[in-house]
Amino acid sequence: MVRPELVCPAGTPAALRAAVDAGADAVYCGFQNATNARNFAGLNFTLREMQEGVTYAHERGARVLLAVNTFPPAGQTPAWKQAIEDGVRLGVDAIIVADIGVARHVACAYPQQRLHLSVQAGASSPEAIRYYCREFGVKRVVLPRILTVPEIKAIHDEIPCEIEAFIFGNIGMMAEGRCSLTNYATGVSTNMDGVCSPAHAVRYEEDTRRNLTARLGVFTIDRFSCGEQAGYPTICKGRYCAAGRKSPYYAFEEPVSLNLSSLLPDLMRAGVSALKIEGRQRSRAYVHAVVSAYRKAVDDCLAGRPPLLPDLLALTEGHRETRGAFGGRRWR
Amino acid sequence: MGREARSAKLCVGPVLFHWPAEKKLEFYTRLATAPVDVVYLGEVVCSKRIPLFENHHQDIARLLKEAGKKVVFSTLAEVMTQYDRQVVARICAMHDELIEANDAAALYHLSGRPHAIGPFLNVYNEDSLEFLAGKGALHATLPNELPRAAIAMLGRKAQNLGMGLEVQVYGRMPLALSARCYHARAHGRAKDNCRFVCGQDPDGMDLTTMEGVPFLSINGIQTLSHACLNLIREMPALAGMGVTHFRLSPHTGDIVETARLFRAVLDGELATTEATTRLAALAPAPFANGFYHQREGYKWAEAG
Repeated sequence: MVRPELVCPAGTPAALRAAVDAGADAVYCGFQNATNARNFAGLNFTLREMQEGVTYAHERGARVLLAVNTFPPAGQTPAWKQAIEDGVRLGVDAIIVADIGVARHVACAYPQQRLHLSVQAGASSPEAIRYYCREFGVKRVVLPRILTVPEIKAIHDEIPCEIEAFIFGNIGMMAEGRCSLTNYATGVSTNMDGVCSPAHAVRYEEDTRRNLTARLGVFTIDRFSCGEQAGYPTICKGRYCAAGRKSPYYAFEEPVSLNLSSLLPDLMRAGVSALKIEGRQRSRAYVHAVVSAYRKAVDDCLAGRPPLLPDLLALTEGHRETRGAFGGRRWR
Repeated sequence: MGREARSAKLCVGPVLFHWPAEKKLEFYTRLATAPVDVVYLGEVVCSKRIPLFENHHQDIARLLKEAGKKVVFSTLAEVMTQYDRQVVARICAMHDELIEANDAAALYHLSGRPHAIGPFLNVYNEDSLEFLAGKGALHATLPNELPRAAIAMLGRKAQNLGMGLEVQVYGRMPLALSARCYHARAHGRAKDNCRFVCGQDPDGMDLTTMEGVPFLSINGIQTLSHACLNLIREMPALAGMGVTHFRLSPHTGDIVETARLFRAVLDGELATTEATTRLAALAPAPFANGFYHQREGYKWAEAG
């Protein structure tokens, strides 16, 4: 079994240090603008913070992966090129890209720079992955969260690059990089602006009986009765009505989080080179807890011990978890 | 109406919904009589539907070509299973036909020879367009969430590259794809035993909010807008920017009449207000044009 890299979220400099201290082999992060897919207020790095983060990680043997993984609209590519130039200059270990034009720019301008293909590129077949390897020299693909473990194994056997797979965190229901639901409801684009369900468009309204309505823009995404735990209004986790359904239902998915701790040995045997934890929007304490637990679980697997399944339920969205598509075809 | 609008081509995109074979045959037979220049054939949403219709494609292509239409074969938007991969490889192996790539798996096969780029393949900027043109792309249909300013820049780039550039101007807007089938889910089934329940909704299954506001529309693994895109008023401006082709996405409303209205507006023979009034009687839902105007996609900006 090859030792997989544990790739951890660093939404802030504090989270970066927490992840590295908790045993992350690599952290991923982005600059404070639309060039990355977690473009939220209060998150991400200034140039100086990135420089300090790279130094902190490298001094402790951890790698830094820079996410430049959104799709620049025509006329705005200079900001993405600047992010890449800054990343290269600061010595990041890899740049994670999704857009064909951005990938082309890195491959041409910085041929020595290691390139990873973001989950936002939605490369879900060996042919798609081989395309990016052939055209841009991609060294690693982050697989969409829509594949079963046997499918991941089959892909591994057919591609010339490494595989990075999500193991924990928020699970989006839509194919990454191909969802404009947020833009339809709010006028802010996930692909171009790097934001899903922007906070400025979220409204909670309480009625006289203390029922809570959660809206995104003008659309009601869910309603919670008094005492029910209210979730953040994400379109693909909402409750809606359809003809033939007696009551509102989760048309896409319930508010659950991905937790693949029980599949870790299978994923490692399937040839996954890197295990990714989602959550750049999460706190330093969350990052520390999740990274520590997974550090131990991965080390257990490598030592041939059954991994101690970390109790992370309290940290998950809706306090419920799923193995999602990774568990088998019934999920589809 | 300008010269660019009169010379612009009208296209009919692939049927996104699961229609019975006889309904599709009738649709294409009627389409042969419509004033459209290009027709896209092929299943782009769900590979399970493919065996139910693919043996008709060659006959339909012949019929449409005899009627003077250009035919383009579209590939799947999401390629995941062995079967998906085989289907894409098979379509891309038709070397005498123009193929529209909707996923990088198709690009893998098509790079280096003439092909088209579909709306499900992300082309947001001039760098992507230029790279793809260098690999043989003759034509690209843009993602529908692009605003006017970006389309204008891509229009100039396409002109410089000698490429055709296409924008969807009518029909529900594709918004998302998933591995999971939401039609099957709504009926308490999984994708593997769906029994083609998506066939019950020929324009998509409406999802409304808990307050009864129409919001989205489900088509198997695809989520579309509830609102119907209508850029008939914006077409002349788009033509002026270098958009050469305009795509109508099929619905159950009469395609021939729909195409006539768009053609008449392009030819300067019908006012857009009158055309929009008549289109409303054919459309599956109220209109929207928000993305183009850099607003929420569901919004409808009236003239003025």
